[in-house]
Amino acid sequence: MIDLPVVALSRLQFALTALYHFLFVPLTLGLSMNLVVMEAVYVMTGREIWKRMTQFWGMLFGINFAMGVATGITMEFQFGTNWAYYSHYVGDIFGAPLALEGLTAFFLESTFVGLFFFGWERLPRVGHLIVTALVALGSSLSALWILIANAWMQHPVGAQFNEQTMRMELTSFSQVLLNPVAQAKFVHTAAAGYVVGSVFVLAVSAWYLLRGRNVEVARRSMAVAASFGLACSLSVVVLGDESGYLASENQKMKIAAIEAEWHTERPPAAFTVFGIPDDRTHTTHDELKVPWLLGLIATRSVDEPVLGIFDLVARARARIRSGIEAHAALAVLRAHPEDAAARALFEEHRADLGYGLLLLRCVGDPSHATPGQIEEAAWSTVPDVAVLFWCFRVMVGIGLLLILLFATAFYLSARHQLQQHRWFLRAAFLALPLPWLAAELGWIVAEYGRQPWAIDGVLPTFLGASPVPATSVVLSLCGFVIFYSALAVVDVYLLTRMIRRGPEGLGYWPEGDARA
Amino acid sequence: MPDYETLRLIWWLILGALLIGFALTDGFDLGVGAIFRFIGRTDEERRALLASIEPVWEGNQVWFILGGGAVFAAWPVLYAASFSGLYLAMFVLLVALILRPVGFAFRDKIEDRRWRNAWDWALTLGGAVPALLFGVAFGNLFLGLPFHFDALQRPVFTGSFFGLLRPFGLLVGLVSLAMLVMHGAAYAALKVGEPMSRRAAAVGRRAALVFIVGFLVAGAWVANAIDGHRISSAVDTLAAANPLAKHVAVAPGAWLGNYRAHGVLWLAPLAAVIAAALAAALLRTGRAGLAFVASGAAAAATILTAGIALFPFLMPSSSHPDQGLTVWDASSSARTLGIMLIAVLVFLPIVLAYTAWVFRVLRGRITLESVRRHTGLY
Repeated sequence: MIDLPVVALSRLQFALTALYHFLFVPLTLGLSMNLVVMEAVYVMTGREIWKRMTQFWGMLFGINFAMGVATGITMEFQFGTNWAYYSHYVGDIFGAPLALEGLTAFFLESTFVGLFFFGWERLPRVGHLIVTALVALGSSLSALWILIANAWMQHPVGAQFNEQTMRMELTSFSQVLLNPVAQAKFVHTAAAGYVVGSVFVLAVSAWYLLRGRNVEVARRSMAVAASFGLACSLSVVVLGDESGYLASENQKMKIAAIEAEWHTERPPAAFTVFGIPDDRTHTTHDELKVPWLLGLIATRSVDEPVLGIFDLVARARARIRSGIEAHAALAVLRAHPEDAAARALFEEHRADLGYGLLLLRCVGDPSHATPGQIEEAAWSTVPDVAVLFWCFRVMVGIGLLLILLFATAFYLSARHQLQQHRWFLRAAFLALPLPWLAAELGWIVAEYGRQPWAIDGVLPTFLGASPVPATSVVLSLCGFVIFYSALAVVDVYLLTRMIRRGPEGLGYWPEGDARA
Repeated sequence: MPDYETLRLIWWLILGALLIGFALTDGFDLGVGAIFRFIGRTDEERRALLASIEPVWEGNQVWFILGGGAVFAAWPVLYAASFSGLYLAMFVLLVALILRPVGFAFRDKIEDRRWRNAWDWALTLGGAVPALLFGVAFGNLFLGLPFHFDALQRPVFTGSFFGLLRPFGLLVGLVSLAMLVMHGAAYAALKVGEPMSRRAAAVGRRAALVFIVGFLVAGAWVANAIDGHRISSAVDTLAAANPLAKHVAVAPGAWLGNYRAHGVLWLAPLAAVIAAALAAALLRTGRAGLAFVASGAAAAATILTAGIALFPFLMPSSSHPDQGLTVWDASSSARTLGIMLIAVLVFLPIVLAYTAWVFRVLRGRITLESVRRHTGLY
């Protein structure tokens, strides 16, 4: 019934295209904000160099923006092409934020981005600054809607299954909008995007300063990136989206996996700094623990326990049993909508229907599942512990490193000593790939950590896939890999070429011109 | 809040409005994209043509993106069945659409003939292929698509990509391409200087002619040689959305049922033909602005014509006609339709207002002189 190779291929394609898209989105978010700061300085001081800086970085922004838009269309299509059952099952709720993104954010961003490039001579200074600000606002709003949609996948509030239409339907739009997971995710992800943009400006400027080129533009750019980046890198770590991880069962499972906490500890739990989690034996070797820290981070308390994986699996087992009842009652209700006993049974177990669906992976009718299959399904609710454990630690490590980088940049920039410290300029340049790496790892922690669910506790990922032929997915997957790789080569070639020529080579700011 | 039936009807109208918005705005830049390489012979001429759409195409395309989002939110089953069913066609469409943003952003950054020529071809494909494919998809709706729902209610498509390229589908594809080329040519005639303007007008006149002939042939085809669908069981327009609870009769000429029932609806196809003829005449007399209005009217009337013929069907099934998707059985819940309606009523006027403002700021013709004067990157 379920074509598992198609599911695996579809997941691979979604992961690759999403990770690829997510190379450009954070830079769009971050660069647009940096542009607003630079242009605001221009409007306030009237100094021409700030306008030229905005235009130079804006030109690089344009190249990246195009890639973001191009790869974003794929994402919107893909729910329909590859996740048809998902789209039918939750479109009533999930479609709304996507449509609202188009209506309130993408229109704004895309309509004004043209004026950003072509409006310099047609608009008064303040008018153009407003246009730039609207582009930045649009891209951040866009992230907000997408994260509201994503948060609903992690923590599906404000919706209920409708047995007449066999899908989830909206019960409270405000709950979907005000989902606590969405708030945590938005602040964390937007700030991470701002960090990516700031590191980009910082690293490229450092490269110029190392070569003694484009000095006037680079010095000023670095000052903007350092101050904006410092504020944002602090926000990313302090407002990490862990705060949303206690909202639901699956989120608890995610945090248990991130910490490789197999067994519930007496609160406050210790934080494992290092260890080698073994998914096969359900143990972690060579642990290095810091007492109390996990309990404090995860629960913001000293007496609330952080549930371990074994306890969460036990809960899942119970919910699967209840889900089997829900599934059976639903079948009766579909045939006899008036059956009061089936109705009562369904109402009692409806919250666990999704857990019953987990069994469809190995058995056509959940009520025929053997105890062994139930056990297997219960353990399938545990994501890949070793991957989550390490991705999370590397991400956090990079986050801390970047705070240090920005703090140093801010200090040196404020004391006008950037050019004297070549070691720092080298470090700043080498830091260029780090925020991207952290962002991609963050995506893996959040989305790979969501498995086996497409919608937490509601719809297993394997069930959401389109029943399309495997050959079609192989074709599109190969097509994406080839097409996207070619685009990546051209994009990187063009960006490096433009950066090498720099604001002076490209005529944005005359060489050695220090008038400001 | 209106009742469920009215909400469904309103959302069918909104879907039509979004499609028309897409054809009026993104339609012209797809059209210019498809022809700029042929009416612009030197790099400067092409530069001028591209500069006429470059600042606005991005916003225009959001009509399409929003259309996709609106289908997802308001007609989730339609979104699921059509996108997964047309799997490979969607992939081809995607590649074509992806070529556009990168083409615009990359082309002018490097002054090299081969580089620019390659991106010019990419932009040409990015304009022509979507224009063609949208028509092919519409044509296939009239023929019905081979799909049904399995025991889990997952939409299963039993056709293939090449199965979509049936003669009627290709004819409608051609009509769509001609329509958008006509619209794009009128826009170019209005927005760029000579000699591109004159050449654009000539292309536009020919496209209008192709459009009129193709439109009439397609109409005759639908009337005489294509089986239309009609719901033959009682329709409960207020019922929960379930596409498996009706019976559908299939009969030749049934797609004209709505026109036979309401004679006034014939005004839509009539308007399409007259407006296209007017566009051609206005392009001949050099009134590009009015021609652009006329070509836009032709595009809007064409979409109305198709929508009226198909109503209440959104996606008829050729293999299992009873399981075809209609306005009454493929929608979201009343709550979602209601909330999204409020959102549209609040935000769409704002979008229209700022879009109009942006077009106003960018008014004026792009001549070869203005291209030469603009030396920097962007």
